[in-house]
Amino acid sequence: MDIFDIFLLEAVLNGLLLGGLLALLSLGLNLIFGVIDVVWICYAELIMCGMYAVYYLYVVYHWPLLLAMPCAIGIVALLGVLLHQFVIRPVLTAEPINQLLVTGGVLFFLQAAATLVFGIEFKNLGVALPSIVVGEMSFSASRLVAFCVALAGVLALYFFLKRSYLGIAIRAISQDRAIMPLMGVSPARIFVITSALGGALAGLAACLLVLQYDTHPAIGLSFGPITFLICVLGGLGNMVGGFIAAFLFAQFISVGGFFFALEWGYVFSFIFFIAMMFWRPQGILGGK
Amino acid sequence: MLSLEHVSAGYAGFQALFDVSLEVKAGEAVAVIGPNGAGKTTLLRVISKLIDPTAGEIRMEGGALTAVPAHEVIARGIAHVPENRRLFPRLTVEENLKMGSFVPSARKKYTENIELVYKHFPRLKERRMQLAGTLSGGEQQMCAIGRALMSGPRLLLLDEPSAGLAPVVVQSIFELVRRICTEGYTVLIVEQNIRQVLKVVKRAYLLEAGRIVLTGSANELLDSKEIQKTYLGL
Repeated sequence: MDIFDIFLLEAVLNGLLLGGLLALLSLGLNLIFGVIDVVWICYAELIMCGMYAVYYLYVVYHWPLLLAMPCAIGIVALLGVLLHQFVIRPVLTAEPINQLLVTGGVLFFLQAAATLVFGIEFKNLGVALPSIVVGEMSFSASRLVAFCVALAGVLALYFFLKRSYLGIAIRAISQDRAIMPLMGVSPARIFVITSALGGALAGLAACLLVLQYDTHPAIGLSFGPITFLICVLGGLGNMVGGFIAAFLFAQFISVGGFFFALEWGYVFSFIFFIAMMFWRPQGILGGK
Repeated sequence: MLSLEHVSAGYAGFQALFDVSLEVKAGEAVAVIGPNGAGKTTLLRVISKLIDPTAGEIRMEGGALTAVPAHEVIARGIAHVPENRRLFPRLTVEENLKMGSFVPSARKKYTENIELVYKHFPRLKERRMQLAGTLSGGEQQMCAIGRALMSGPRLLLLDEPSAGLAPVVVQSIFELVRRICTEGYTVLIVEQNIRQVLKVVKRAYLLEAGRIVLTGSANELLDSKEIQKTYLGL
């Protein structure tokens, strides 16, 4: 096999690994939008909070990493609930633009609060997983771990939504909110549970990102926008669409980065996004 | 079993029910008939607490429902088949039925209840993996009634089960309602299709402009001059 092909294959496989992580990132946001019909603009900032939680528990308080991570997931799940109860609930029936503005406000609040409390320096977990070398290709182990955990998270959520009473109620409520009480379901309670779930997914993403990236107050800006683009490309609120879009995006970034430079990968993926928006503004699998 | 005493209710700036009193005894099938806009749907929505009464008292088996939140009414033994069926279109038939048994007491009896529903509606069993939105109108009505039966109710509220269905399907739906009434369920049914529904129930109330204006046995109402002239076109 030509050496050129090996490195292309490496780029494709790396794109696949990145795709799993991006799919997980888009999942929580899609879940919240699909069920509650509100966009958490501050979603990436919740992830930032989770990254800080892992960092502080592990580095500062010397907790074992495998204890710090579930705890961080719990913290972000709680943040999701607080966000819903105190910010979203009062504007649940308000104009969409007002809902965007309040969650956008939370974005700046969390960024500023993180700067005040944690400072602007980059915090590194100091955990370096080795590279895995297969023939002439090399992959980062933390990416492989992220891919596997992300995929497991996606599958777990899928079966939860497909099989459990609560999961079916979460899907049902997005189809007909008004008659849920006739099923004995309190919509307010489902919204709180969904918010906790969305928060927990953000927390899980935080645990995987903190292995690969340094934490700083503006880290949300480096993957928040791409998360939104993936959700919109897949069809906002459509989790399967988001899943497909995540892998498409990741290939553009990875393979585009292989042929040119990494930055060009992002340029290509955004060009692809814009072109798709002309062709299918409702997203790959979006309705209407 | 169910009683309403002097119940008034409405929506913001609009009163739909005025001083309504009615009673449904255990094992009875009772209809509320009346023209479009009389407040029939509102009446059922008040009973299942989707809207709160502004005055009066609602009781189910002796317990007051007036202060019970909507999502706890089903645990009191009341299942409501809403107007226009309101299935979850992108859930399968079986998932819709599963939603009907969401309350803890019904979850324990899920297998038993779903077998019962499939026995009543073999068609639903054939289509159990199909999305509810792709069913025909009659099948959707079956699914909606089946979903309500999944909670193991003692009182079934049916809101216009024949609305929007083809005449031949209407026949079979009323046949179904008749069967449910004889199965020991207590039924309160709201209908515009007066001639048909009076053949199925024992007693009925005539609701006009939010007030009960006439009540009696089904036969009395069928014979009543007023009903014959206004509603049956005789």
